[in-house]
Amino acid sequence: MIDKIFLNMTRTSALLILFIVAWIFVVLFNHSIEAMQTFGFDFITKDEWAPNLEKFGAYAAIFGSVASTFLAMLLAIPVAIGVAIFLSEIAHDKIKGFFGVSVELLAAIPSVIYGMWGLFFFVPILRDIFGGMGIGLLAAGIVLAIMILPFMAAVTRDAMNTTPDILKESAYALGGTQWDVIKDIIIPYAKAGIIGSLILALGRAIGETMAVTFVMGNVHHTPKTILDPTTSIPVTLANEFTEADSSLYFSSLFGLALTLLVMSFVVIAIAKFYFLRKVRKGQ
Amino acid sequence: MASIIDIKDECSLHVRNFSFTYKGATTPSLKKVTMPIAKHSVTALIGPSGCGKTTLLRSFNRMHDLYPGNKYEGEIEFEGRNILDPKEDLIHLRTKIGMIFQKPTAFPMSIFDNVAYGMRLQGIKNKTELEGRVEKALQDAAIWKEVKDRLKHDANGLSGGQQQRLCIARAIAVEPEVLLFDEPTSALDPISTQGIEKLVIELKERVSIIIVTHNMQQAARVSDYTGFMYLGDLIELGHTEELFVTPKEKLTQEYITGKFG
Amino acid sequence: MTATQKRIIINRIALGFSTLSAIIALAFLFWILGVLVMKGVDSLSWSIFMFEGSPPGYAESGLKHALVGQLILVGLATLIGVPLGIMAGTYLSEYGKNSKLAHTIRDISDIMMSAPSIVIGAFVYAVVVMPMGHFSAWAGAIALAIIMIPIILRTTDDMLQLVPGTLREAAFALGAPKYKVIMDVVYRGAKAGILTGVLLGIARVGGETAPLLFTSFNDNFFTTDLNEAMPSLTVTMFNYAISPYDDWQQLGWAAAFILSMFILGLNIVGRLILLAGKRK
Repeated sequence: MIDKIFLNMTRTSALLILFIVAWIFVVLFNHSIEAMQTFGFDFITKDEWAPNLEKFGAYAAIFGSVASTFLAMLLAIPVAIGVAIFLSEIAHDKIKGFFGVSVELLAAIPSVIYGMWGLFFFVPILRDIFGGMGIGLLAAGIVLAIMILPFMAAVTRDAMNTTPDILKESAYALGGTQWDVIKDIIIPYAKAGIIGSLILALGRAIGETMAVTFVMGNVHHTPKTILDPTTSIPVTLANEFTEADSSLYFSSLFGLALTLLVMSFVVIAIAKFYFLRKVRKGQ
Repeated sequence: MASIIDIKDECSLHVRNFSFTYKGATTPSLKKVTMPIAKHSVTALIGPSGCGKTTLLRSFNRMHDLYPGNKYEGEIEFEGRNILDPKEDLIHLRTKIGMIFQKPTAFPMSIFDNVAYGMRLQGIKNKTELEGRVEKALQDAAIWKEVKDRLKHDANGLSGGQQQRLCIARAIAVEPEVLLFDEPTSALDPISTQGIEKLVIELKERVSIIIVTHNMQQAARVSDYTGFMYLGDLIELGHTEELFVTPKEKLTQEYITGKFG
Repeated sequence: MTATQKRIIINRIALGFSTLSAIIALAFLFWILGVLVMKGVDSLSWSIFMFEGSPPGYAESGLKHALVGQLILVGLATLIGVPLGIMAGTYLSEYGKNSKLAHTIRDISDIMMSAPSIVIGAFVYAVVVMPMGHFSAWAGAIALAIIMIPIILRTTDDMLQLVPGTLREAAFALGAPKYKVIMDVVYRGAKAGILTGVLLGIARVGGETAPLLFTSFNDNFFTTDLNEAMPSLTVTMFNYAISPYDDWQQLGWAAAFILSMFILGLNIVGRLILLAGKRK
């Protein structure tokens, strides 16, 4: 009897997660119908976002999300792998421990703090170097890159550390240099873990709000250079959600939220089901 | 006190007054070991765990250098020089002295690439030369027939025994002078073990072999010379039959009759 | 130049690059950490804990409202999210196992873990704030709980699966019903792991700002009414940081410092528990 109740309680909780996910999609979809009916495909292809004219085109925000995430990944991936190599293969034990723990703890710091640092300390430097406002796509890309770096580096290092010593020794025993061992043995061995960490970092970057909301500019223009201020979906939502004053405006914001959710779902799902599975099979 | 026979044949390695201390340890793990290693023969190292046999083996290719802070003293002579010299070119040394480990260590790449790995490191790019030498090495390691149709397959799909022979093929493909075997069959089933033992005996035509083993029967089956080590000392080195039948040292006798171990 | 010499040079360059990238990355990260600590410690004072928010320029202003609000929001989210997450994880590990349903739930919850948190905020706005007609602590806590559930679910599932099957069999052999086996044997065996998962889950949602922006919203005054907008450290920090007033910005850094210490503390405790569990 109690056994049955217990089973039903746990099963209901487990099904709840499926229900919530479905519900999120349904709710966001329902609320964005008005915008979709009004603008059709123009919603994602036009970049005119003018609340006073009741015109909402999300292209700039979508482009900003994709571009800032791409920039962040481009900057963060080589550095994160470099840090991971340093922490797992180069550094001496004491340095390894200290920096290793620091990196892990930095991965836990709230992202809003990266945003505050970016606004007050990093943007002025960009302004001095490149002129202009300092805020924009480049600032957002760099702050995002720094935000995802600790997590990426920590997980990549953990994956590299799983390479058995005996496998590394075998490669050294054939006359390999340290770099030969890293590139031919450790990285291929840890491939699945490394790619997994990159995907999770990508997911974080694409949906990140607080780290970039200060430094992106929040203007609905598709940037012409990477120094131009622009916006992204999360930034638009954070800045405008509580200001929306018409049902079409609201509906457009829900449309943005739905677009972002679909983007992140698709990226993660493709990565998880196609890419990772392929890598695992190869091993 | 140690009883070391004089080897009349040519020697490939000479260990002289060699002591080794691990990082942070106060006493050395090997104490002034002196030991000749005969060329084109199999020398087995036996002794209870912790006796230093693996430590000695890993000194021949300076494997200990991967973990900083260890200390070598004395001399190991190879090709007319002391390989313990801090200036020794370790990359060159390790291509001359290969190693096989306790567990098969197939790299995460194809069977072909595994065997070609050492040659590629040496800069051999010519495809026909690589193919020829890979085939030769696989044949010499008695695994060619089993893998010739799947050279492009991942090496981790092979069985344990096959992987270990693949590792041997990989090691002999770079044509070393000496091969070090560190308990090569400890992770294998009896039939694979037999295969590896047979291979060891065949290979001594071309290389000098040093094999560390837990298993005294294995030492008796494959080796020409056997060294018995105990607590960092080489107690006795002799012809294998003599050492097992008429050991000169009391400790050796006690060990091979199973009084301790 | 021989192939080996070339390899040695490439080796030096590659290792040099790795070390350099590590130095650059760590310099940036320690810069951020340094700013956080310097600014935070600078702005800390007892008045922060004694006073609630005031208009800029008033000496008697503090973060009491945001601190209490933060604790209420995270506490409430924990009360909702942890039991649901643990029960769902229990189902996956003990009942669902390798069934198709269990795998689907695992996959979906993995994807949920990467879902943008601001979208969760928008969802809760639509289903809680709009029907109620106003922002509320409940809405904020629900948003945080939704983010928390998949984290707790996955760690619970993983940790329960680590409990050896023989332990369960031994308990069944004594005639215990399944729920008893789970409660008395399985949970006990996975205690440290689950606790760590819970702490890390709390740490994770404790740092969230985006899902609170339009659910619990913000308030400059002390409140414990769950049906009203409720201040939180993160949203307060956000609002104060973008304000043009020096004293508000100072409070923003103090909030950032306090929150970071809280989250780092949870992370460290979580790790220690896991380490202690492993040593046993």
